[in-house]
Amino acid sequence: MADEVILLDYWPSMFGMRTKMALAEKGVKYEYKETDPWVKTPLLIEMNPIHKKIPVLIHNGKPICESLIQLEYIDEVWSDAFPILPSDPYQKSQARFWAEFIDKKFYEPSWKVWATMGEELVAAKKELLDHFKTLETELGEKPYYGGEVFGYVDIALMGYYSWFKAMEKFGEFSIETEFPKLTTWTKRCLERESVVMALADSDRIIEYVYVMRKKFGAE
Amino acid sequence: MATDDVKLIGSWASVFVMRARIALHLKSISYEFLQETFGSKSELLLKSNPVHKKMPVLIHADKPVCESNIIVQYIDEAWTSSGPSILPSHPYDRAIARFWAAYIDDQWFISLRSILTAQGEEEKNAAIAQVEERTEILEKAFIDCSKGKPFFNGDHIGYLDIALGSFLGWWRVVELDANHKFLDETKAPSLAKWAERFCDDPAVKPIMPEITKLAEFARKLFPKPQA
Repeated sequence: MADEVILLDYWPSMFGMRTKMALAEKGVKYEYKETDPWVKTPLLIEMNPIHKKIPVLIHNGKPICESLIQLEYIDEVWSDAFPILPSDPYQKSQARFWAEFIDKKFYEPSWKVWATMGEELVAAKKELLDHFKTLETELGEKPYYGGEVFGYVDIALMGYYSWFKAMEKFGEFSIETEFPKLTTWTKRCLERESVVMALADSDRIIEYVYVMRKKFGAE
Repeated sequence: MATDDVKLIGSWASVFVMRARIALHLKSISYEFLQETFGSKSELLLKSNPVHKKMPVLIHADKPVCESNIIVQYIDEAWTSSGPSILPSHPYDRAIARFWAAYIDDQWFISLRSILTAQGEEEKNAAIAQVEERTEILEKAFIDCSKGKPFFNGDHIGYLDIALGSFLGWWRVVELDANHKFLDETKAPSLAKWAERFCDDPAVKPIMPEITKLAEFARKLFPKPQA
């Protein structure tokens, strides 16, 4: 029986971009359904009743929510193709740790830096730079976060790549200047078709950010 | 696997530390429990978890693993041949277990904690209402996941049982503090029965903290403003 794979996603979502990268790395064919999360369609509500958010991966009618959970699921189901997570339990635990760090720590200042003003913005900028520094240090001299091979943490962080230019613009800093190792790493990841095809255009994201800033009252 | 050096940095009162301990007990792993002193962080903790400086930290053959749910998964994967599987075997069931474990930590726990930190009756009542709503969601999740079996994981306790069950001591403390029952036979009948079974499990019983001791600790951690 052929697999039916559908992805409910919204073009600017850094989380959806991760799932697209993973599906591409595994060579999985899927139907992409553009889904605006601000418009709660019946399908979105049915597939993600708890959070009503994208991305939602639907595999043979069954929904899987949350991008990092989707990455693990994709890795476990299409296990014969390109491994996303390392097989060694310790390396796996480290990969999970850093992906969680990205979502629990890095995520919030990454949007606050364009969505807020005044003191809140100052605090967000400082926090974002601290977390970038932590990520730069963790990468070190390795070609990828997992070592020699592109994988889970690289996907988790590259999901945010389209938003880097917006972060730099509104946070008034340069990733290339401050974080050279990360910069080299992004260029290495951008050699992969799965990554390039998944990402949104950075300038289009900046236009989207202007719209969102009005919504948040930052314009 | 040879008996490796296993240490766990934690505290008797911590929900998150309890998760790691239950997993270790399920796998019959001997470990050295390094109890942190309330109010300070040991050198070893700071060195082993420099990013978050939090417990629990599992140190296996001198290699630290941080974050409770990550530790539980690590224990399951590193000691795969000992004891029962902690995560379900089917990828879809694993995804569902991970989803609900994340919901418990990101949504449910936050609202439970809000009851203890609430300033004034209005805030407290709002927090109580939110926990009620989220507990109802978990009641349904239990019915869906357990499929008629005694635990979220089926016949034996597993990842999701551990994720929620570790809160049972604190949940009871919050119920007493708020003078409000959540795990009620009428409101959450399946969860109420599951809670009893979970607390009776041999991997859980020896380490579930005493409610009076926990309530006393809660008063220290969440002091009430002077009237």
